Amino acid sequence: MHNATLAELSQALRAHRVSSVELTRLFLERAQRLNGALNAFITLDPERSLAQAAAADRRIAAGQAGALTGIPIAHKDIFCCKGWLTSCGSRMLSNFVAPYDAHVVERLHQAGLVTLGKTNMDEFAMGSSTETSFYGPARNPWDSAAVPGGSSGGSACAVAARLAPAATGTDTGGSIRQPAAHCGISGLKPTYGLVSRYGMVAFASSLDQGGPMAKSAADLAWLLGAMAGFDARDSTSLERPAQDYARELEAPLKGRRIGLPKEYFGAGLETDVRRAVEAAVDQYRALGCEVVDISLPNTRLCIPVYYVLAPAEASSNLARYDGVRYGFRAPEYADLEEMYVKTRAQGFGAEVKRRILVGTYVLSHGYYDAYYLKAQKVRRLIAQDFARAFERCDLILGPTAPSVAFDLGAKSDDPVQMYLSDIYTVSVNLAGLPGLSIPCGFGAGGRPVGLQMVGNYFQEARMLNAAHQYQLATDWHVRMPPGVE
Amino acid sequence: MPLSPAEVQRIARLARIELSEAELAQALIQLNGIFDLIAEMQAVDTEGTEPMSHAQDLVLRLRPDGVAQADQRAEFQAIAPAVENGLYLVPKVIE
Repeated sequence: MHNATLAELSQALRAHRVSSVELTRLFLERAQRLNGALNAFITLDPERSLAQAAAADRRIAAGQAGALTGIPIAHKDIFCCKGWLTSCGSRMLSNFVAPYDAHVVERLHQAGLVTLGKTNMDEFAMGSSTETSFYGPARNPWDSAAVPGGSSGGSACAVAARLAPAATGTDTGGSIRQPAAHCGISGLKPTYGLVSRYGMVAFASSLDQGGPMAKSAADLAWLLGAMAGFDARDSTSLERPAQDYARELEAPLKGRRIGLPKEYFGAGLETDVRRAVEAAVDQYRALGCEVVDISLPNTRLCIPVYYVLAPAEASSNLARYDGVRYGFRAPEYADLEEMYVKTRAQGFGAEVKRRILVGTYVLSHGYYDAYYLKAQKVRRLIAQDFARAFERCDLILGPTAPSVAFDLGAKSDDPVQMYLSDIYTVSVNLAGLPGLSIPCGFGAGGRPVGLQMVGNYFQEARMLNAAHQYQLATDWHVRMPPGVE
Repeated sequence: MPLSPAEVQRIARLARIELSEAELAQALIQLNGIFDLIAEMQAVDTEGTEPMSHAQDLVLRLRPDGVAQADQRAEFQAIAPAVENGLYLVPKVIE
């Protein structure tokens, strides 16, 4: 049962072969048993989860159930869940019990999904390894010496180890796709604006986007339909008609044009990852796709631009943590000024402080034009690269990350090396495009490799179709980490 | 152009983050590493390029000027570090 697809779980629930309470108990039991070793969850609250499950069972009994009613889902600890600790992986919010639900949580709750727990993450989503979490790093279920990726590392770990059938994540520079790749699961970052940011703790508002993480593309399609939707409380939420993202899953891929950006296969890409990604491209050829070479000439500028814009927006967003209205306050201080500086010194971890300092500098008087404005201009050049590429192809394929999951501690003292692991993912956020990662093989140490797919704006259904057809022809996505039966 | 310790101190002051001597020294090295990485972007010709501040060209919406939310003061104050009589408490700033 813990390895079933969402469609199978939905059928079992509706046919009364299993109740939501039984299903929730099963995943809670797995999570409680394995969390000590994996640290995928920051918070489990069985009583609350089971109460939601019982309510879902009543809906099913009353014939008021939707397709997803009764299915448990884990939420990244960045999403406010009313009555749940919502720490965002930070000491700063280590006492913050959210007084309201995020729009995504509200929507999934309305659809009848059961909150299974809150997953571990890099502090304020700033990281690529889940090592910056105040609650300690999560582990990669494929190899406990490896990071699960980040920032949504706890969500990826929980799905990979079958502690949850699905999870939510957020992606500012690759934080859904990269951990999905490293843990051998599927993850989707939607077009910017499709999923409301309301109640999602803000990092870099022009880049942040929530999305689903699950075992397969078909599961992602089911979840995206439940997560996406207009919300007046998010000023960048898009007003678009609701759609069924699973509608095109079965369409044949014959004649689809796939673009391979030469910049994504150059120096810096590890051989094992290249081999798996090239084999996946061959699989797409076998499915009838036409493969064309494309160029995204400004790829090398993505990291510099991202590490100006994201810290700038973060320094502004994180100015709200002052120890006055909620969250952590330093225990000792002489005056108001000291209360602020000590609260922020003690409440934030090293990486968050580093990014706030970078952001403060690039926005400060005399440097704004040289850094922030310059980065915004180069951001447009990067977006234009994609616009030109999509004149020649329907989908872009490449690696999600330049290597398989690295060892814990390998990059934690070197921020620049850590930043470079986002090289293939950040450009998608800068352009606001949808991107997904699906498993496409294994590399060094038996660690999973992720295939990244980028589509044009609002092409999620076609991307999920292409990912699903690949998953019908391959079995990478159903492989399980050793020890997970 | 590398940052000086005084500049890092100034940024930390603007960001309201206290840094110890050791943290300052480490921040100096790491920030300079990050700015070396960022420097690559400076050489790009962006003459005539409009800055892109958002992924979508959006017009900010307006809503009717009416009550849109229920009163949640009690719930919000329940999670504050220090409150009294409905007010958030901070150290005295005016004698």
